[in-house]
Amino acid sequence: MNDKHSGICAGRLTAAEYAKNFADAHPPLNRTQALIESERCYYCYDAPCTTACPTGIDIPTFIQRIAQDNVRGAAHTILEENILGGMCARVCPTEVLCEQACVRNTNEDKPVEIGLLQRYATDGYFAKPGAPLFKRAASSGKRVAVVGAGPAGLSCAHRLAMLGHDVVMFDANPKPGGLNEYGLATYKTVDGFAQKEIEWLLSIGGITVHEDKALGRDIVLDDLTRDYDAVFLGMGLAGVNALGVTEPQAKGLRDAVTFIAELRQAGDYGGVPIGRQVVVIGGGMTAVDAAVQSRKLGAEDVTIVYRRGEEAMSASGYEQDWAKKNGVKITLWARPVEILAEDGAVTGVRFARTAQANGKLTDTGETFALAADMVFRAIGQTFVAAPAGSSITLKDGRIATDEDGKTSHPKVWAGGDCRHGGRDLTVEAVEHGKRAAIAIDKSFRA
Amino acid sequence: MADLTTHFIGIKSPNPFWLASAPPTDKEYNVVRALAAGWGGVVWKTVGEDPPIVNVNGPRYATLWSQDRRVIGFNNIELISDRPLKTNLDEMRRVKRAWPDRAIIASLMVPCTEEAWKNILPQVEDTGCDGVELNFGCPHGMSERGMGSAVGQVPEYIQMVAAWCKQYSKLPVIVKLTPNITDIRYPARAAKKGGADAVSLINTINSIMGVDLDRMVMNPVTDGKGSHGGYCGYAVKPIALNMVGEIARDPETHGLPISGIGGITTWKDAAEFIALGAGTVQVCTAAMVYGFKIIQDLTDGLSNFMDEKGYKSIADFQGKAVGSVVNWQALNLNHIEKAVIEQDLCIQCGRCHVVCEDTSHQAIVAKVNGKRHFEVMEEECVGCNLCVSICPVPQCITMRALKPGEVDKRTGVKVTGQYANWTTHPNNPMREAAK
Ligand SMILES: Cc1cc2nc3c(=O)[nH]c(=O)nc-3n(C[C@H](O)[C@H](O)[C@H](O)COP(=O)(O)OP(=O)(O)OC[C@H]3O[C@@H](n4cnc5c(N)ncnc54)[C@H](O)[C@@H]3O)c2cc1C
Ligand SMILES: Cc1cc2nc3c(=O)[nH]c(=O)nc-3n(C[C@H](O)[C@H](O)[C@H](O)COP(=O)(O)O)c2cc1C
Ligand code: SF4
Repeated sequence: MNDKHSGICAGRLTAAEYAKNFADAHPPLNRTQALIESERCYYCYDAPCTTACPTGIDIPTFIQRIAQDNVRGAAHTILEENILGGMCARVCPTEVLCEQACVRNTNEDKPVEIGLLQRYATDGYFAKPGAPLFKRAASSGKRVAVVGAGPAGLSCAHRLAMLGHDVVMFDANPKPGGLNEYGLATYKTVDGFAQKEIEWLLSIGGITVHEDKALGRDIVLDDLTRDYDAVFLGMGLAGVNALGVTEPQAKGLRDAVTFIAELRQAGDYGGVPIGRQVVVIGGGMTAVDAAVQSRKLGAEDVTIVYRRGEEAMSASGYEQDWAKKNGVKITLWARPVEILAEDGAVTGVRFARTAQANGKLTDTGETFALAADMVFRAIGQTFVAAPAGSSITLKDGRIATDEDGKTSHPKVWAGGDCRHGGRDLTVEAVEHGKRAAIAIDKSFRA
Repeated sequence: MADLTTHFIGIKSPNPFWLASAPPTDKEYNVVRALAAGWGGVVWKTVGEDPPIVNVNGPRYATLWSQDRRVIGFNNIELISDRPLKTNLDEMRRVKRAWPDRAIIASLMVPCTEEAWKNILPQVEDTGCDGVELNFGCPHGMSERGMGSAVGQVPEYIQMVAAWCKQYSKLPVIVKLTPNITDIRYPARAAKKGGADAVSLINTINSIMGVDLDRMVMNPVTDGKGSHGGYCGYAVKPIALNMVGEIARDPETHGLPISGIGGITTWKDAAEFIALGAGTVQVCTAAMVYGFKIIQDLTDGLSNFMDEKGYKSIADFQGKAVGSVVNWQALNLNHIEKAVIEQDLCIQCGRCHVVCEDTSHQAIVAKVNGKRHFEVMEEECVGCNLCVSICPVPQCITMRALKPGEVDKRTGVKVTGQYANWTTHPNNPMREAAK
């Protein structure tokens, strides 16, 4: 059955090929490289990069500290604003954040490598942490429940703990981390970094994590608001958008996010089955990650199909290039109209060609089919509102909050992907968690 | 191609670039490589009396680096040649015979007695070399023995030794000056009074390169102890230029030939020394950092520059900038400049704003109509040039001189176009009475 040439199968590559394919996509800078790169920073006034960073890291300061061989000081500058600065250094789309704002772009088209420098500082610190960077304030006697141990929840919990409050976290998954552990691409976060970072984050103390505890199944919001002084919801997006066409019960049709989670949890990539011809439907980071990782698992022919033009894709130009560099084809202006299946297995997808007319997406009338033995849905995730219950007001399907993340419930704050109005980035989830923690702390003192 | 030929105190060389007396000119082997590469001349590594000195057997050099390890400054605790006098002189003789068109200068350092100089000079002259350079500059090791900068810091000694050299030899005499002195004009005047044909400067500057903070020892270190060494390389160029300029414009030494030394790394540096009066230039550190091949870039750059400016020979622009160097009280206090930011070139780093705001005159705004935008307020600008100095983009911020008739928005005073300096300024309690 294990025919490498057709259908879905595991072990398409040799162990050495897997090791190479899933190695660090952007190897860290060594000391020499970091010193040279740090020298490129102009130490701008009111630095545009800092403004562009959702967590507001004082970037010129941390880079200057690297240049001065003060790696601990550099890491402190990063982590005091962004407690998951280590992960963000690996996964932030810096090309649309800090590095896009770098003034070096004007004359050189080559920003300071802020992400890689951030990684240099945080890696250097984690390798030799020394005395704790952050201490807890005197106990306030307040207790906060945090639902969801993704970046939003973890960031909120850490800041609350620092401010002297006790935190109890609940997460539906067996491991904390949210998409840091189950979502981000393998080649962005190698060597179990997510769990190491969480272990360090929790070492501040005052945070208890309950795994395998889901809101709506094992606990209810009313109990939390009754038993705790405040509640933070950082539940991410638990649902996946359907394709909007009849989806047959066929082998090979999958959600990209579950495939990615499976891959992240796989000890051995050789055990993860992949098709020979893969079609990924969608235009975001999830689509790119699913497509690239399919290639890395040995799929021969991988195509992302997106219904609009490349500028409309939520994956940045840089990520699109990354996909192409990894041999992924990107087909634009097409939407799926039929999933083709035979004998209970996917055989392809039929697409309708689309075009933009008077600001509206319309079909041109032309159709075409792509053969595939595996098809991934990656057209977006959705917030599943039921567990939080009806006391929380939504906006466009996500939780409505004020700037600090306060919801319609006076004791409940929310942040991360589940909150309305964000860009669905790790770094924004961190900022939401931090700001909510500061607001919760303020509400206790009011 | 401009003619780079140099005639300096009767010594001819195909270009003005000589290697300074130092490791690059330590022996026949290096010198031949240098001449083959195209250097116009060499000042041989300083020789002294036998028995030769001994050097430390550990680090002699230490470096001030930029972040990407470009050499900014360099220091050394090397002494003069550690080879027998005869070896050096024999090699010098052979080299001069094989390279008759190049300048071969012997650098000398012997004790400060008439006997010592009377003894060594004929031996040196016998090699056929073109001249001698008296090393009164070495700041370490030799000075503790009463030689080098110990002589160079006492103008009377300089005059005395220069006179002996002129008496006991017919070779042209160059006195190499130490910068480790408060006013460079005094040793230069003394050299001239003693009859020296030229001065060369600078030698190295007393320095400690740094401290190893783990071991708590200075750097460079020999078995746990260090000694101050001589600082040179690119970082010393401004100090050397000032000293060259001072000698060139001093009425007592004006016209005294100068061989300029100190931090020369590119043709531009050399041209600047020449513009301030130098007739030849000497290079050490740049060769020690990059090797002898740089001579091709030095001559090519200088020649293209001269062609572009229409200078046919070195003499055409030698000393051309000397007249621009004056004492402060001669500066025109009626001349007013204001900084101008060229918005098309501005990359929005904002450093001009913060430095003017924090450390100068609060004359650059950071926001216009709520947007990031940097603009000079002429009402506040004193024209200090700080913003120009720290702006990372060339030509983005420049200084504009106000024209006669314009009003200085800071003071409300109209520019007259008339020259007036401190000597007649009302705030000067010692001003000269207006006539
Ligand atoms: C495939 C993929 C790749 C991505 N790549 C990048 C990238 O490269 N860079 C980037 O910046 N962003 C990336 N993102 C987006 C980023 O991962 C998210 O924006 C970020 O993780 C959001 O954090 P969060 O804490 O809000 O939610 P999540 O990380 O989703 O965490 C939510 C947590 O809540 C828990 N939870 C959910 N429901 C319940 C419940 N009812 N009870 C208890 N717990 C619950 C979940 O188990 C989970 O642990 C990617 C996303 C995906 C899907
Ligand atoms: C290692 C070293 C040894 C030197 N030895 C001598 C010397 O023996 N005699 C001398 O007159 N100057 C000596 N100098 C000084 C140089 O000739 C020169 O004056 C000085 O380095 C400044 O020029 P630069 O900046 O081009 O190096 C030495 C310099 C160095 C770096
Ligand atoms: S010249 Fe000096 S005072 Fe004027 S704007 Fe620049 S820094 Fe400020």
